[in-house]
Amino acid sequence: MTASADRSNPLVSGMQTAALALREVRKQFGQTQIIRGVDLDVQPGERHALIGPNGAGKSTLFHLISGRFGLSSGEIQVLGQSIVGKRPFEINRLGLSRSFQVTNIFPRLSVFENIRCSVLWSMGHRYAFWYAVNSLSAVTERCEQVMSQINLTQRRHTPAGVLTYAEQRALEIGIAIAADPQIIILDEPTAGMSRSETAHAIELIRRISEGKTLFMVEHDMSVVFGLADRISVLVYGEVIACDTPERIRGNQAVREAYLGQAEEQAH
Amino acid sequence: MLELILFSSLNGVLYGMLLFMMAGGLTLIFSMMGVLNFAHASFYMLGAYFGFEIARHLGFWPGLVLAPVIVGLVGALVERYGLRQVHKHGHVAELLFTFGLAFVIEELVQMIWGKLPVDYRVPEALDFVAFTMFGTTYPAYKVFMLGIAILMFLSLLWVLTKTRVGLIIQASLSHPQMVAMLGHNVPRVFMMVFGGGCMLAGLAGVIAGPALVTQPSMAALLGPILFVVVVLGGLGSLTGAFIASLLIGLVQTFAVAVNLSLSDLLHFISFDPNAGSVLADLWRVTVAQIAPVIPYLLLILILILRPTGLMGNRES
Amino acid sequence: MRKFAIWPIAASVLVILPFVFDSGTSLTKMSLMCIMAVFALSYNMLLGQTGMLSFGHAVYYGLAGFLAIHAMQVFGGSASSIPLVMIPLFGALTGLTFALIFGWVSTKRAGTAFAMISLGLGELVAASSLIMRSFFGGEEGVSSDRSKLYMWLGLDFGAQIQVYYLIAAWTFIAVAAMFAITHTPFGRMANAVRENPERAEFVGYSTQMIRFISFCLAGAFAGIAGALAAINFEIMNALSVSGAQSGAVLLMTYIGGVGHFLGPILGAILITALQISLSDYTGAWMLYFGLMFILVVMYVPGGLAGLIMVHEPVWRTGLLHRLVPSYLLLAVPALICLSGAVGVIELAHHALVKAASEGPQMLLFGLGFSSRAWLPWLCAIALFALGAALCRVVWPKVKEAWSEVHKQMKQALV
Repeated sequence: MTASADRSNPLVSGMQTAALALREVRKQFGQTQIIRGVDLDVQPGERHALIGPNGAGKSTLFHLISGRFGLSSGEIQVLGQSIVGKRPFEINRLGLSRSFQVTNIFPRLSVFENIRCSVLWSMGHRYAFWYAVNSLSAVTERCEQVMSQINLTQRRHTPAGVLTYAEQRALEIGIAIAADPQIIILDEPTAGMSRSETAHAIELIRRISEGKTLFMVEHDMSVVFGLADRISVLVYGEVIACDTPERIRGNQAVREAYLGQAEEQAH
Repeated sequence: MLELILFSSLNGVLYGMLLFMMAGGLTLIFSMMGVLNFAHASFYMLGAYFGFEIARHLGFWPGLVLAPVIVGLVGALVERYGLRQVHKHGHVAELLFTFGLAFVIEELVQMIWGKLPVDYRVPEALDFVAFTMFGTTYPAYKVFMLGIAILMFLSLLWVLTKTRVGLIIQASLSHPQMVAMLGHNVPRVFMMVFGGGCMLAGLAGVIAGPALVTQPSMAALLGPILFVVVVLGGLGSLTGAFIASLLIGLVQTFAVAVNLSLSDLLHFISFDPNAGSVLADLWRVTVAQIAPVIPYLLLILILILRPTGLMGNRES
Repeated sequence: MRKFAIWPIAASVLVILPFVFDSGTSLTKMSLMCIMAVFALSYNMLLGQTGMLSFGHAVYYGLAGFLAIHAMQVFGGSASSIPLVMIPLFGALTGLTFALIFGWVSTKRAGTAFAMISLGLGELVAASSLIMRSFFGGEEGVSSDRSKLYMWLGLDFGAQIQVYYLIAAWTFIAVAAMFAITHTPFGRMANAVRENPERAEFVGYSTQMIRFISFCLAGAFAGIAGALAAINFEIMNALSVSGAQSGAVLLMTYIGGVGHFLGPILGAILITALQISLSDYTGAWMLYFGLMFILVVMYVPGGLAGLIMVHEPVWRTGLLHRLVPSYLLLAVPALICLSGAVGVIELAHHALVKAASEGPQMLLFGLGFSSRAWLPWLCAIALFALGAALCRVVWPKVKEAWSEVHKQMKQALV
């Protein structure tokens, strides 16, 4: 019996229904093992958070999924397709889009241009150099839509490099969602934000992830417990728990490894 | 045949070591500061001309010591008052600054010493035959050059591995930002590395000047080859620069020595293309004629087979 | 709508210019400026638009020029019906073809490595020009007679005025096309790749493909410029594929300003004009260019166009006159410093280069003196030092004026 035909094999059937599936993913840099065998499933339409102490490898995992780094071993499937060895743009074209922890925008382009660049490929315009981009009403409409979602319509002509930090973080999310991807992965979207900015951001994330699959890394526990359907906990490159927020709260191993520290800090 | 191989190997290694004297400094500067010094071959040229001037008034041996030091000082000043200003505008601006510098240095050299080659001679003390093999003589000066090059290589190795400054430089080869964060006076280290790299290039110029022709175009002739060497070796890799230098040195020297043409080869297999056509030029070209472009052909080859260079892994 | 007005205005200017400057030398000058404008704009497709620094762009210009010259020979000699006006099209195709071949290899790397590869490829082609004598014509180059081709509308293009209009027309078409391309999806993504190549990959674009397409388009337009040069000069030699030519277009484009579409055009006009006129006055004109370039890189990285555009918002809010007093104040020491610098360079140049053949007497700004005497040297150095010191003193006034203007502009927004 070949693995692909064996539907009773939980490994195979799990991968085929999941939006994002990781199996035995390992990554090492030289001799240092960062990711030591991660198994993870994100179901379609789910909001899934990834938490863990500093240095656990969360960003590295994101880089592996989005194609910035290559896997040392293991398998990652996006919407049923293996992405091992694929370049970032190939993975993006499958329907996965990401934001960055350190703002990674196009500094001298305006807000509108930033959003437009994220939309062009998905609307089929590819490398066309024989028609004007300003005549594409569908593109412009979509950009307006995204800009109003992230509340940056009044700043549309401002060069992205001049925006405030919170505005840049909003733009960061805007670029990730502009192409209407099926899977959105956000790397610490509320990093460096104040309480009120975070509250806005939570609302934004909730809105833009309606009907989509969301996978995000966060340190802010209010964001995590407020948004997530399920939480995975990454410690030293391994997932030690994956469950609903309540059960994660009560999970002893997680408390010891992570939440215990956070609770102490909260006092 | 054996004599051809022996002498070509000697000359090839010599040329390769000369290239490495410059490529090594260039790689260190690039690794540390992220800027490729387009004017590096110009400092080589300044070394030759300063050596010539000092040799005219004080003798070759004072020139050998003083000229590289002066070139190094010039380099340090260029870094302190020129390059540092441009640093905030990004790497492209830094590269363009050094490009402009190369241009200006060439014009100044032409203005001061003229467009024709100058008579920079081998000192009498070294103007004898080192040894004779198979009827061909080998000049002592070339042995001297090889000696200096090897000495420089060993000194560089010692500085990098055994001194504190060397360790900082080594650290910057892979983690330039970290070095700054560790509290070292990075601007001063930059100035030293830049000046030091230029000094090595100047030294190469002082010793190569008498053997090769000392003329205002020597920077423009050697520069592109130098940059090909560092890209071939892998930008930022000192070992790669060493291997690439020797490779190009040997291949070019052998190409000049071997004087076959493609048409000779084709004739051997009884294929004679007609004389006047455009491609006939290509068939008739001898290996010696294409020797100057062999580095560029190697570059294209490595780009197709292994784009990051022989030992490279850093993209800039 | 106002922005579209610039095109008919530009076309009219091109048409009217020969009536204002009607001498033969002026026509040649203007023709050359048009050619260089196209060349520089094609170069900026790489540098300013896509962020790719190339030291070997002359390859596409020169190779297309050589093919054009050979085509002119072939079409002029035979009974073909291909007129001279079609030759730039062959230039474009040549530039495109070589850019496809070399670009595939070159764009495997980016940044500094790409720059060095372009240098190496440029040297490869330049060296090949000495080997392949039948195509490149050796030291004398290849020449042709442009009036021998099929007559189009009864024109044989022997006279410079006819050639000027041919060049001007093709320049207009090329410039319009390059401008249009900047407003296409590809053009926008090229800018994105320039700004942040990594992020561009994460929004679905292959940066290598973008760079490759940019490279090919830039090569095609450089080919047009090369063919126009072949038509203009009726001769092509190995200099046109040399590193010097690549350096020249880089200089022009950067001094003009890479951040604005008009920049390369300004740079081409300025440098061509200086090149032609300065060489009449001084033998050290290349040195001046080099120093000018370094100064622009260090202090005015946006180039001439950048400098002008910085003032555009000020002009729009009507506050430009506030800056004029401090600028005038700065102009005086700046001119003093400049004259001192020119004095030193000319004295040095004369003493080192010309004195051997012409004797120690020289003429500068209408004053005669000996380059051997110490007094002129002292004066020149003193002028330079004085001018520089005064500039330093006046500079804070300029900064003050600017911060005043900024304050007023902010208030106007509120």
